[in-house]
Amino acid sequence: MSRAIRFVPLAILLLFVAIVAWRLAIPDDTKIRSRMTGQPVPAFALAPATHGVQGLSSPDLATGQPHLVNVFASWCVPCIAEAPLLMELKRNGVAIDAVAVRDKPADVAEFLGRHGNPFQRIGSDPESMVQIALGSSGVPESFIVDGKGIIRYQHMGPIESGDIPALLREWEKAR
Amino acid sequence: MIAEAGLAALWLAAALAALQLALACGLGGGQGRAVGTIRAVAVGQGILTALAFAMLVALFLRSDMSVLLVAENSHSQKPWLYKFAGAWGNHEGSMLLWVMVLAIAGAILALFERRLDERTLGASLGAQAALALGFFAFLLAASNPFERLNPAPIDGRGLNPLLQDPGLAFHPPTLYLGYVGLSVAFSVAVGGLIRREVTPAIARAMRPWVLAAWVMLTLGITAGSYWAYYELGWGGWWFWDPVENASLMPWLAATALLHSVNVLAARGGLRAWTMMLALVAFSMSMVGTFLVRSGILTSVHAFAVDPTRGTFILALLTLYIGGALVLLAMRIADVKEGAPFQVVSREGGLVVNNLLLSVILGVVFLGTLYPLIAEAMLGVKLSVGPPYFNSVAGPIALGLAGLLLIGPQLRWRRDSAPILPRLAPGLLAAIVALVASLIVAPGIGLLPRLGLTLGAGLVPASVMPLFGRSLRRTPLAVWGMVLAHLGVAVAILGMASDSAFTKEQLTAARPGDTVAVGPWLVEFRQVMPAAGPNWTALEAELRASRGSGVIILKPQSRFFPDPPTTTNEAAIDTSWNGQLYAVLGEQDEQGRWQLRLWWKPFVTLIWLGGILIALGGALALVGRLLRERSQRRRVEEAFE
Amino acid sequence: MRHWLLIVALLAAPVWADSDLPSARWANEQLPDPRQEAAASKLMEELRCLVCQGQSIADSNAELAGDMRAMVRQRIAAGEKPEEVRAWLIERYGEWVSYRPPIEPLTWPLWIAPLLMLAAGALLLRKRLSGRR
Repeated sequence: MSRAIRFVPLAILLLFVAIVAWRLAIPDDTKIRSRMTGQPVPAFALAPATHGVQGLSSPDLATGQPHLVNVFASWCVPCIAEAPLLMELKRNGVAIDAVAVRDKPADVAEFLGRHGNPFQRIGSDPESMVQIALGSSGVPESFIVDGKGIIRYQHMGPIESGDIPALLREWEKAR
Repeated sequence: MIAEAGLAALWLAAALAALQLALACGLGGGQGRAVGTIRAVAVGQGILTALAFAMLVALFLRSDMSVLLVAENSHSQKPWLYKFAGAWGNHEGSMLLWVMVLAIAGAILALFERRLDERTLGASLGAQAALALGFFAFLLAASNPFERLNPAPIDGRGLNPLLQDPGLAFHPPTLYLGYVGLSVAFSVAVGGLIRREVTPAIARAMRPWVLAAWVMLTLGITAGSYWAYYELGWGGWWFWDPVENASLMPWLAATALLHSVNVLAARGGLRAWTMMLALVAFSMSMVGTFLVRSGILTSVHAFAVDPTRGTFILALLTLYIGGALVLLAMRIADVKEGAPFQVVSREGGLVVNNLLLSVILGVVFLGTLYPLIAEAMLGVKLSVGPPYFNSVAGPIALGLAGLLLIGPQLRWRRDSAPILPRLAPGLLAAIVALVASLIVAPGIGLLPRLGLTLGAGLVPASVMPLFGRSLRRTPLAVWGMVLAHLGVAVAILGMASDSAFTKEQLTAARPGDTVAVGPWLVEFRQVMPAAGPNWTALEAELRASRGSGVIILKPQSRFFPDPPTTTNEAAIDTSWNGQLYAVLGEQDEQGRWQLRLWWKPFVTLIWLGGILIALGGALALVGRLLRERSQRRRVEEAFE
Repeated sequence: MRHWLLIVALLAAPVWADSDLPSARWANEQLPDPRQEAAASKLMEELRCLVCQGQSIADSNAELAGDMRAMVRQRIAAGEKPEEVRAWLIERYGEWVSYRPPIEPLTWPLWIAPLLMLAAGALLLRKRLSGRR
């Protein structure tokens, strides 16, 4: 074997170790972020998720004012923890709409009754179509959409108190 | 007491490994007697490690909850078989199993190897000890199986339902015998390189180990594939999942090594290649272990994720593989070339065989790691899955199948005899199959069609080496080769058939409905509750018929309460020309039940082929061992 | 044993909990047109489940996987080409969601490597074989 070739296997080993060591040092962030930030909200029209609320459609998100779209479900446990924080955001002037994924009207009503209703509109998404169209991969997630209907920011997972300042900043940016 | 005894045995074994290594290093001084000591120490190390493992098994069988490992992975109500298998159904226990096989392999090498030059054997045992030492350190420092739990809980945590399957219980030891069996090839290669003794004797010493390990790997992978097929409920049998690939890569290297070692043993050729492959094969085993236990690749099969353990194994891996490759680079120039051969010759065919196998290995390695590479270098997340592997590895594998049509029949060194007569049966069968498939199934894809063609051609071609020989005098090893190659043909036919002819039917049905799938008419009769020792289920009764006779299938949707899990127990009926596979899903709002039905013609050929391949290897192994024993007897008699 | 966490990952519900609603209609029902169903099926085997540990949506029991299957079938039934559906999903989730890596500069090594290896191997062999007549 020629002089250089004999070191090729060793070179491959070293490359392998380097890449793998990188991954050990920086563990994988397994969340799949939506690629729709910067894109307009896809067209959709959802029926009301339960009685007494209005449904949600894409034109409602391009009215000149920003909106926070919360993708949630009554069967989603972290959504319960998130509810009071959504109320706090609402008190801070954030307009919040919701997409209820795979939910029954009775369950949504019970959830709202128990944890409060910070939402202006709640659309029913029984087959996750709008969730997928937004590039969301789980519940809960929140998207900040600006007045022109462009998605500006995605927050994955439940909103925690530490996230409020960042969310308010993004909200201001979207105005 | 037992736990402490086990731990003590482990420490002692580790100490012996260190002693073994030290003695081997001191061998440079040239005392032949030292090798006798090294042999004894190796045997001691093997015995002690086996004792440690026996202690662990005893702890599991007695459901000793004061041991952390038992408390986390076992339960007093488990059937004894699964308590036994529970010993290796976790990271620490399986690591101990790994080390035990390593130590016992070394012990057997020490006890029985007589052909190798004494000092080369000493160097090889030293290498084996070096390997063992690192893994002992890992066990003792970072994965102690005997750790106590205080206070001891009343009962254990796990009655994990899916592990309570006899096939799955024995899948790990089979695979481990394979992975770690390759360590002997690695150590002998290292010994040979250190001593500048890369000779046919080295190959003959390595060969039984390579064969045995390869047979185990073949069986383990085949069994794993069949388990996934019947347990996962979607009819798939290979997913190019990173952990599956981690088991395939050592197998590919071992297959190439197997062929190469024969050339070195018989003809003195392919010396450098054989050493390289011997190092690569066990390296792939270590890489595989690392990938599975470090959690750096997302996989359905991944072990508990632990980056610290991952880092330890990575360090060991770098040390061992790096060291071995540096040794290879330094000594490769000293490796004498064997007798020359022409392209068209058995050696030539084997070299092309090794090349193709190595390319598949390279492709699988690259594809498995590529998502990591892309993210590390460019921050992009992408997925590399079956579409890539099938489209790249598939054609190369078919190329290998094509090579098999003529390769085993070529003469050594130089083959200028007309090839066509020897190729004719295989070629004819292939052409007939091709034409038949074009007529009967014009719509199937190119790869499956080629698979059917080549698989059919391979059936007569694999038997050709037996022609023109006296069958009684044909060595067992040749029978083994024929059987193994026939197994390859059968497996390819099964894979192509599954790909081309599977019929799938997914419906929502009410009791009384009839569903057609392939040639079958399946009547959905009823859904009844059922119960087992630790589960309840909904069981559907299906009656299927195609012409004469009715078969009954009872797929279940099974619920285990602790921890709450639902599994699909597929109902499979095997007939001479395929399997009818039925799965029961959930009920929808209108009271209809989800049914998934598949008719998979000749799918069992896939695993039958795997078994034949393993059998062929086993036959070859037995043949070689018997021949060596009779040769030794003759030599001994000649000296009496 | 390798299949250890397979149980937990596969059969346990996706990220947080399971909804009460049954699967979408087209998650588990085949399209009436066999050619459309074949195209849809082939695509589903190449799309990655978002909430699983490395499975295609075709092989997953997860609800979101079922909804994605339903979406794929409905779009193909409506006349969209599989490539269009794949592209639409990639627009939402990035290349990660497709098991078939794209053919672009980012992934050229994947496609060139096998050819390179074959060529390198052939070269190595030619050197050895020709050097010894």
